[in-house]
Amino acid sequence: MKKLKVLIVDDASVMRKIIERALRQAGLELTEVLEASNGAEGLAQVQTGGLDMIFSDINMPVMDGLEFLKSLAGVDAAKGVPVIMITTEGSEARVVEALSAGAKGYLRKPFTPEQVKERVAALLGVGQ
Amino acid sequence: MSPITKSSAAPAAVAYDPTWKTILECASIEVFEMMVGVRPQLNSASTSEPSGEQTAMVGMAGALCGMTALRCAKATASRFAALMLGEAAAADPSSSGDALGELCNMVAGNFKSKISTLADHCMLSVPTVITGDSYSMDTSSPTECVTVPLLFEGQPLWVSLIIHT
Repeated sequence: MKKLKVLIVDDASVMRKIIERALRQAGLELTEVLEASNGAEGLAQVQTGGLDMIFSDINMPVMDGLEFLKSLAGVDAAKGVPVIMITTEGSEARVVEALSAGAKGYLRKPFTPEQVKERVAALLGVGQ
Repeated sequence: MSPITKSSAAPAAVAYDPTWKTILECASIEVFEMMVGVRPQLNSASTSEPSGEQTAMVGMAGALCGMTALRCAKATASRFAALMLGEAAAADPSSSGDALGELCNMVAGNFKSKISTLADHCMLSVPTVITGDSYSMDTSSPTECVTVPLLFEGQPLWVSLIIHT
């Protein structure tokens, strides 16, 4: 099974831990988990390169998830790295905007580890 | 002059509906079952007022103004943190409040996503967590308050929706 390097962008540290735990509970092997508390920090982390996947909240201070997503288009290290958006609010409009801006999928909280695994498997073909 | 678009207009207020209690029950149970991994039971026989040393609150604004609150004992909140984050991460003293706040946020979001007139028209604040039980909460009237009493591993918790009508 491929080992993954992922970036989790969320302003709530507890949510970052929950997502990492869900990835591990889903049986995915993680080599490295980078964290950022907003889109601006996320962009800096992306520059480290070698990412397999990015999870990003939509509502965040400083730089929200949609702006982060749009900014990734100009970052070479982000080329081809799938982004999954995470939302609590069930706002269809924001989900549609995220998908239009290049997100490859989304997770709506609450979610189960199985749902996380399904999204990752669908995008990377791992963990199946 | 540019025309006023739908997105620039303030959302119309949505009136309280008595069916919201059932929706709040479903939304709450779903969040705990999926995120904590344990399905809480409805504690319909409970006549107690919400109590406990930890309260998480999430404000709601837009088509619905008010807040969602989640209250339980500190030990119960710690148990949520352990189940959501693992025992090691839950050893951090702030984790129980953080976990309770995130659960409250998800309950509020899940509740409004089940009501089409609210889903895209009601915003949520970041969670606020109060630790301690010696406080009272006053809201400007008129309000409607719906409380769902639950039992989680035998311990009580309460989910409340307080709406400024």
